[in-house]
Amino acid sequence: MIQLRLTDKTPLSPRITRFRFQHPDGAPLPVFSGGAHVMVEMQDGDILRRNAYSLISDPQDGSGYEIAVQREDQGRGGSRFMHEQAQPGMLMRLGQPVNLFGLNLTARKHLLIAGGVGITPFLGQIPELDRLGADYELRYCVRSRDEVAVDLPGAQLHVSDEGSRMDLDGVLGAQPIGTHLYVCGSARMIAAVLDRATALGWPPDALHSEEFLAPAPGEPFDVHCARSHKTLTVGAHQSMLEALEAAGIDAPWLCRGGACGQCETDVLACDGQIDHRDHWLHDDERNRKIMPCVSRFRGQLLTIDR
Amino acid sequence: MTITFNKESFRGDYSYHNSATAIRRFPFPFDRDEYMYSVNMEPHKGGRPGSVFEARFDVDEHYVAEMEDRAITLSRDPMRCQSLPHMTLAGWDVLELIMTSKAQDYPDLFELHRDGNRWRWVNRPLGIDDTFTFLDETTLPYGPMEYITRQTQGDFAVLDQREGNLWMDAGMVTSQADWSLDFDIGMNFFEWHAPVPRAAEMGIFQRALKFLLNIQQDTPARRLNWTMTVNPRLDTSPETYPEWGPEKRSLTPENLGQKQYLRVELQSFWRLPRSNGLLFPIRCYLISLQDLVTVPKWGRRFHRVIRDLPEDLATYKGFIVNRPMIVDYLSRFDDGAPTSPGIWPD
Repeated sequence: MIQLRLTDKTPLSPRITRFRFQHPDGAPLPVFSGGAHVMVEMQDGDILRRNAYSLISDPQDGSGYEIAVQREDQGRGGSRFMHEQAQPGMLMRLGQPVNLFGLNLTARKHLLIAGGVGITPFLGQIPELDRLGADYELRYCVRSRDEVAVDLPGAQLHVSDEGSRMDLDGVLGAQPIGTHLYVCGSARMIAAVLDRATALGWPPDALHSEEFLAPAPGEPFDVHCARSHKTLTVGAHQSMLEALEAAGIDAPWLCRGGACGQCETDVLACDGQIDHRDHWLHDDERNRKIMPCVSRFRGQLLTIDR
Repeated sequence: MTITFNKESFRGDYSYHNSATAIRRFPFPFDRDEYMYSVNMEPHKGGRPGSVFEARFDVDEHYVAEMEDRAITLSRDPMRCQSLPHMTLAGWDVLELIMTSKAQDYPDLFELHRDGNRWRWVNRPLGIDDTFTFLDETTLPYGPMEYITRQTQGDFAVLDQREGNLWMDAGMVTSQADWSLDFDIGMNFFEWHAPVPRAAEMGIFQRALKFLLNIQQDTPARRLNWTMTVNPRLDTSPETYPEWGPEKRSLTPENLGQKQYLRVELQSFWRLPRSNGLLFPIRCYLISLQDLVTVPKWGRRFHRVIRDLPEDLATYKGFIVNRPMIVDYLSRFDDGAPTSPGIWPD
């Protein structure tokens, strides 16, 4: 983690605000690749929050990192903290850039489909595609015009309530062989796009999506950490990973959103049912592993190898 | 730090030699008296002062001669250096990483001056002083990866990361332990490791790939690997096997200490920031057995490792025909005394 200064906070739309971070000494920050995200640490009273946000600034520009945060009033509080309490001048801790949504540079063409705030990872990729002279098509879908966070001359804008919804089958069917598809938006939109692409015969390796899950709340449950000889109760609004950390049990993590695989944990015994919510584990692993960043448990006791 | 660069050759008269300092800093790869595969990774964040682990890209007394040997190999076979079209950005990543590391770690040998994208690179040992435009290939005599790896010891595999796998899509490979970039180019992690015995069944590749895919920008990793080579030859490639393969039959009990070399690879792993690729440098260190046994702990331990190595591993590492003679030689330096843990000399 590096400590950076929040130097600018600019509203982009009624719900989306851009934040710029720079090194306190003006030192350059590590460059990154388009589609990368950073983990932002927020000290919200007694609670240490960690949320992942896509980097939206030019990846080759080390003068600062920019993210865009959509306010989620029903969320766990990270976006509210950023909108209400984060102020220019504050020092905040950010992780190194990590890319789980990189461009496949062997693609003949890149089809980028963004829904709402899902435009953010593409904002880092566009300058890269422009520099490479790569062929790309960007579809930016919003419900209403006031959701538009950035004016992108190269994008085709689809506004549902103005009747210009994207013709998904038309767009997917018109791409040359060798096109790679990238989609970022709501879970529903991602599922719809991937389902249609699969039905139309797109190869699985040409389909890319990114959705960071926020750990959803649930019923409290007990987990026994065999290696640490501790039994914990995971609270209703707490993730298992957060409960482990609060108990001083070390668990590796990277995205904290069920995508990167870093916190994968072996299940030693399970008297109940695991509620898997990640995008990482294969079906055949789900009876013996759990991703404590997002997944939960219903039953008597879960025993894990931590 | 001042380094006196050896005048020496890695072919023909094989005048390669290690100074007393080079012997003491040799990366002896065995931390116990036996060997089996493991995913033996550790963070590549410096190491003992003077050791090969200290700098990000170690420069030693063999630097200039190794770069001359690389130039000879490339002039005979340009396919030792390849970069698929989508790997140019990764090539600039490699150039940037090596130039910034060397200029910081060896300021008396290398200088990098950056004014925006206008860069000046000074390499004193090789007498290079070039000014070029970063990210503009037309301003360098070679592609960026080839340019900087003609000036850096060790082989380099540049891996593209996609589809949850790593792909060998670029590289500079002239000091390899019998593998071919021209054969492996475009292969994924499992394909290029297919010839390695046992490891797949042990699940090693799945674990290693998972580890590598998760390597982050600020956390490079490293491990040691080893094999055996007759004569101090960097270019032990499949392409030139007719030149060096028969030399395995030239060992005698009398010349073995001088002609049989332990070949150690310092492998490191780096996330490349601009391309999200992975750089895999494979740095080769060679030591003759007669130099190796001047460190008593290493003589004892190496005898036990070679004597007890499973047959298939000795075959894969290419010294099965000579193993009895090597064990005979090494047994003279093993008095049966216990050895201390770890790789370092006592």
